[in-house]
Amino acid sequence: MDLSADLGFLRLKNPVIAASGTFGYGPEFEPFINLEKLGGFVVKGLYFDPRPGNPPPRLVETPSGLINAIGLQGIGVRAFAEKILPRLRDLDTAVIANVCGADDEEYVAVAEFLSREKGLAALELNISCPNIRKEGACPAFSPDATRRLVARVKAATPLPLITKLSPNVTDIASVALAAEDGGTDAVSLINTLLAMAIDVETRRPKLANVYGGLSGPAVRPVALRMVHQAASRLRVPVIGMGGIMTGRDAVEFIIAGARAVQVGTANFVDPAAAVRIAAEIESFCRERNIPRAADLVGTLRSS
Amino acid sequence: MIARVASVERHGVYIRMSVEAPEIARAAQPGQFAMLRVADTSSTDPLLRRPLSLHDRNASEVEFFFSVAGRGTDILAGKKPGDRLDVLGPLGRGFALDENMTGRTACCVGGGRGIAPLYFLARELKARGASVHILYGGRSAADVPLREKFEAAGYQTFVSTDDGSFGFHGLVTDLFEKQAAAERPDRLYACGPDAMMKTLAASAARLGIPAWFSLESVMGCGFGACWGCVHRILRDGTPEWVKVCEDGPVFAGPDIVWETGP
Repeated sequence: MDLSADLGFLRLKNPVIAASGTFGYGPEFEPFINLEKLGGFVVKGLYFDPRPGNPPPRLVETPSGLINAIGLQGIGVRAFAEKILPRLRDLDTAVIANVCGADDEEYVAVAEFLSREKGLAALELNISCPNIRKEGACPAFSPDATRRLVARVKAATPLPLITKLSPNVTDIASVALAAEDGGTDAVSLINTLLAMAIDVETRRPKLANVYGGLSGPAVRPVALRMVHQAASRLRVPVIGMGGIMTGRDAVEFIIAGARAVQVGTANFVDPAAAVRIAAEIESFCRERNIPRAADLVGTLRSS
Repeated sequence: MIARVASVERHGVYIRMSVEAPEIARAAQPGQFAMLRVADTSSTDPLLRRPLSLHDRNASEVEFFFSVAGRGTDILAGKKPGDRLDVLGPLGRGFALDENMTGRTACCVGGGRGIAPLYFLARELKARGASVHILYGGRSAADVPLREKFEAAGYQTFVSTDDGSFGFHGLVTDLFEKQAAAERPDRLYACGPDAMMKTLAASAARLGIPAWFSLESVMGCGFGACWGCVHRILRDGTPEWVKVCEDGPVFAGPDIVWETGP
C-alpha cells in the first residue's frame, strides 16, 4: 500500500500535513506524536519581527466550529531560525514555513530570510489570514494583488511556493488561477471563513477583535466545494483543507482533486489527529484494494 | 487517554467527578489541569475539550470539581460511573512549592469554583510541613460546598459569603485582609474571579507576601498550539500576551497584569 503524495516539487510520505496556525512551531506536539509520521507540517505564520497578536477573548466555539482571532502572534523569523528550525531540520518529514507580511516588501523579506536557512521543504504564502487587516481584507481578495505578490515572492526564493487562499471571495477559481499565473508551485485552501459570534445577554461581540476566522467541521462542505472548483481549473497541485477530522473526510478532499490535505482544528481536539488521519486513509485504501492513495486524486464521478 | 468515570457526586450546582487515569494521577502537580472531551468521539459538537483543574488525586484516580457553566460542562455533568472519557493531561505549570514549609503558614484563597485546585494544593503544602489556612468565598451558604471536606482534612477553614448567610459577611478579599492583620501568612495561593485575585495581589504586594495565582481562560487546545488563551504577563518588565495553558495557569503575583476588576 503506497500512501505517498507527489506534489511534483515535493514527495510526501503520506498526504497529511498539519496546518499552519494549529500546530505551533511543531515541537509543541512532540509529547503526543512522532512528528516523522506526518506527511509534513506547516509552522505558525511568520512575520519578520515578533508580533503581539490580538487581545483576548481570541476564541469562541460555535456548532462544530471554532472562530479565532489570534492575530498571528509570533516570534518572528530570526527567533524561528535560531531557536526552532535547528530542532526541525533533521526530521524525516516536510517542514514548511508559513510566510506573512503587512505589505509586499515584508512578504519578500521573510521569504528571502527563510530561503537562506536549511531545512525547509517549501514556503506557504499566507495571503489570506482574516485577522490582520480591517474587515478581514487580505491580498487573496483580489486576483491582481495575488498574481503580483506571488510573482514577487517567487522571484525572491528558490524554495517551492504554496499559496494559501482565502474562501472569503466570490470566485475562488479566478484567485487560484491568478496565483498560478504568478508562478506558485501549488495552492492550499481554504483558510478560515470570516465570521462572528455575539453574546445575547451583554449584546457584545464574543471576540475582542469582533470578527474572526471560522474553522472546523462546520466549514468542510464549503472547503470541499472550493477545492473542487480550484482543482478543476488548475495545472498546479491543490492541497485541500477545512474541517478534516477523519480519514474519510480527507478522502473526500482527495476525490475532489486535492493531492494532499492539511489538518487544522482537529489538532486542538486530538493532538494525534494528523497521524491518525493518515492511518485511516491507509485503512480506507487497503479495505478497498486501492494500491496507491494517489489513485484517488480527482476521481469524482459526474453521476 | 481514554479514562473511565469512577464516581460522580452532585453538590448543588457543583459536580465532583472521579476518573480512573493512573498515568495522569502519577504525574499530576497541584495547579495543573486536564482537557476533557465532553462529546462522544464520533461527534463534533461540542468540538473543543474543556479545561478543568485537578482537584485531587490518589494512586489511580484524578478528581475534578466543577460547576455547570455552559453546554460542555452540562454534558460532562451527565456522565455516569463506567462511562468512558477522553482526558488529556496533566497539562500546564502548577503552583510553585517550597520543598520544606515547616514552621510556615500558607494561605489558600478560593472564590466560587476557584476553590477546586486548592484541595490538592493544600494536601501538598501540608505534606511539606506547612500550616495551611483555607479562605473560601461564595455568594451564599450554598456556594461554599467543600467547606466540610477541608475541615475534615484538618485545615483551618474560614468562609465568607456575600450575603452573610454563612461565616464572614463580605468579600473573601476583606476576610484575607482581616486574617493577615492578625497573622501574616508566609505564602499566598489563590484561584477565583480576576477581580478577587487582583485585590489579593495588591494586598500581598503591600504586605510583602510571595503570592501565586491560578488564571482561568478559554482554551482551544490546552498545550500551547493555538495561542487562544493568552493573558498579559510581565516578561523582563514588559507586558506580553502569554499562554495561560503552557506558561501557566499559575503565575507569580507581581508578573500578572490585571485587565479587569476594581
